[in-house]
Amino acid sequence: MGISRGQRAPHLAAAAGDAGVIWAGLFALGIGFGVLTTGYGFAWWVAPVLSAALFAGSVEFILVGMLAAGAPIGAIVLTTFLVNSRHLFYGLTFPLHRVTGRLGKAYSVFALCDEAYALTTAKDPAALSSRRILWTQAGLHASWALGALAGGLVGSTLLAGLEGMDFVLTALFTVLTVDAVRESRDWTTLGLAIGTAVAAQAFVPGSMLLAAMGAFTAALVVRHRLARRRAKGEPGLGEPDAVGRAAVEPSPEALEAAHRA
Amino acid sequence: MPDPGYLLTALAAAVAITVGLRALPFLMVGFLRDSAFLADLGRWMPLGAVAILAASCVFAIDLGGHGRGIPEIAGLAATVGAHLWRRNAVVSIAAGTGVCLVLANAVPLP
Repeated sequence: MGISRGQRAPHLAAAAGDAGVIWAGLFALGIGFGVLTTGYGFAWWVAPVLSAALFAGSVEFILVGMLAAGAPIGAIVLTTFLVNSRHLFYGLTFPLHRVTGRLGKAYSVFALCDEAYALTTAKDPAALSSRRILWTQAGLHASWALGALAGGLVGSTLLAGLEGMDFVLTALFTVLTVDAVRESRDWTTLGLAIGTAVAAQAFVPGSMLLAAMGAFTAALVVRHRLARRRAKGEPGLGEPDAVGRAAVEPSPEALEAAHRA
Repeated sequence: MPDPGYLLTALAAAVAITVGLRALPFLMVGFLRDSAFLADLGRWMPLGAVAILAASCVFAIDLGGHGRGIPEIAGLAATVGAHLWRRNAVVSIAAGTGVCLVLANAVPLP
């Protein structure tokens, strides 16, 4: 027993050292979600149940408003799909091969939120143990659900009249945008996203998010084709465009083999 | 509050979609890796998605309601300012939300 505790603690400590501040942030955001949810007239337990079962913060903030308005299931499915479609790209580079056991892998996939992806892929996969990855994700999951529980309980009594708590969502996406632009310096993508968002707000304000995501994806299809055409039209000029760079990047399998070696 | 049957159905649908989206690339990793388009999309989509979500929040600010949007706009400025200064997501979110909450609840605005 002493041995198992000795083995477990270092992984938890390592996960807390990296992710502790994000756990605290998710707990605070969870309180905001709980307060927002009770503000829509839901019982105190709805926010923690949503957060524990779905564990997808950004779409939960949107869905709770749709649920309060009794939106059709089809609209909820479509919104969840569009908002969470970015998760399709996380699995390509997430170090799931470092997680051992069928249950562990299943939980790791279930709990693959933005923060889990960002915190885990920021590390060298070879330096990550299975338990460290799982503790990181479990800490995020528990913080978010417990925050929602606290917000649901306290919000329904003390904070019912508080205005502006949903601003945590605005702040979250603004911070993520600033981080993504600072990381990639990709002003073209930012311009396309803001442009399609403004156009969608102007022409279809009722379903701005869906229209903007659709138009943005369509613009990326055109952008990709133009990049390929340029690459084919100028063979040998050696200007490394997006497609060329993608082909040069090592595949996940090659990385995995390198780390195992 | 909507009835529990509706909530349960909606939650089950959202969970199925979300888990499916998270699991799919692991099932298709060999196939997707060779797609140049998905490589591009994977690079462009995350930034575009959060930028569109941020824009939708900004568009939702009610300039005609209580406070005339001043708490939200001040909170936005505080968020961006704190993030450019400290580069700490939690601090930036807390600072911006704090400014917004104080202005919206404790300061008399038009």
